[in-house]
Amino acid sequence: MRVSRVRLVRLLAAAAGLAMAAAASAGEVVVAVAANFAGPMAKIGEAFTAATGHALKLSAGATGKFQSQIATGAAPFEVLLAADDETPAKLIAEGHAVRGSSFTYAIGQLVLWSAKPGVVDEQGAVLTSGRYAHLAIANPKLAPYGAAAMQVLKSRGLEQAVAQKLVTAESIAQAYQFVATGNAEIGFVALSQVAAPGKPAEGSMWRVPASLYGEIRQDAVLLKAGEKNPAAKSLLDYLKSAPAQAVIAAYGYRH
Amino acid sequence: MMNSADWAAVRLTAELALTTTAVLLLIGTPLAWWLARTRSAFKPVCAALVAMPLVLPPTVIGFYLLLLLGPQGPLGQLVQALGGRPLPFTFGGLVVGSVIYSMPFVVQPLQQAFEAIPERTLEAAATLRAGPLDRFLTVALPLARPGFITAAVLGFAHTLGEFGVVLMIGGNIPGATRVLSVALYDHVEAGEFADAHRLAAGLAVSALAILVALHLLNRPRREARRASA
Repeated sequence: MRVSRVRLVRLLAAAAGLAMAAAASAGEVVVAVAANFAGPMAKIGEAFTAATGHALKLSAGATGKFQSQIATGAAPFEVLLAADDETPAKLIAEGHAVRGSSFTYAIGQLVLWSAKPGVVDEQGAVLTSGRYAHLAIANPKLAPYGAAAMQVLKSRGLEQAVAQKLVTAESIAQAYQFVATGNAEIGFVALSQVAAPGKPAEGSMWRVPASLYGEIRQDAVLLKAGEKNPAAKSLLDYLKSAPAQAVIAAYGYRH
Repeated sequence: MMNSADWAAVRLTAELALTTTAVLLLIGTPLAWWLARTRSAFKPVCAALVAMPLVLPPTVIGFYLLLLLGPQGPLGQLVQALGGRPLPFTFGGLVVGSVIYSMPFVVQPLQQAFEAIPERTLEAAATLRAGPLDRFLTVALPLARPGFITAAVLGFAHTLGEFGVVLMIGGNIPGATRVLSVALYDHVEAGEFADAHRLAAGLAVSALAILVALHLLNRPRREARRASA
């Protein structure tokens, strides 16, 4: 009688353990990803799901938008892959993200890009040439790449000169789209958007030296909503792994 | 208080709504007259095209306008061949987008007003030797007055609230394409809720005021007509 009860408890414990493992393997992570990293993240996500069984729900957008959505406390995001290191730090300070969970997953590269060859030279002299009607940037208030682009314009003393030509996109994805459709002759986008691995970059571009805008350190952080989700934790670990870092490097990020 | 950038957005939005309404009344009046009087086989197709913006997401209109009006699009190439600049990211581009987007709100009330004019009334005018243009100007237009008021007010109010099309083809340029709804969206997305409230409440109150004014303007005539009938 006593033995069988012990055995029963063991069986129940084993069953519970199995159920938990099953739940963990069928996990799901809701991820907010900076628009510049949407392409590589889709690739990494596939490999992550194949390796762990966890499904990902990816939402791409401007980092600043995610910040205000997360700050309302109502956003379902469990992991944020930001386009800067300030936003994760701020979210931690405000209690919306888990302290000690943030790390730099990529260092971004800003480029001045045109969909046409021969428009953008390798020194970015096109900026002062006046040979364009529209210059697209991501909204500097919402997108770190937009803020970096504004810094480049400031460091070149062009802020006033281009003010009337500046087309402000709601995210770096829309800035890319404005240039890709030819509606803006040139625009500041992320290298990862124009240099996807396996496909040659179209048009012409200037890789802006980081000295003109400071480094774009892109940090990932575990949000409060994902604190108790083992799949969220495992995604953050996976981002540091060799396969993930190889994809990140292939898109032109440094780390 | 509202900052100068938001005031610029208010001014720009009013200019856009007024310009769009004026353009729509100019092209919408003959179109509505034709739709009201024609027996052409093309009528259902034309009526459906006019009504399309009611059911299409504005992003569909914005997306196609961006491609068609862009430097590589057919309309964009035409504009450039005529020596113009491509329309996306310009006030003119927003007017084109708004005219399409607000078209049903102007054409449909006009069409209904014209359809309500009995054929006999126009025939009576014809027997008094009024030519077609004369009949239109002195008989049809005055009788369709409530339709014109409704069309102008709805066209204006609907353009005030336009968002999706502007977001896709506007480019958020202060003084040129940053209208109220886009400025409001920016404030919300940046977490500037106090600024957002000012714009949102302003839009809500003005929409209410405009619609109340419409009912007040159109009520007496309708009642007068009912009384005389």
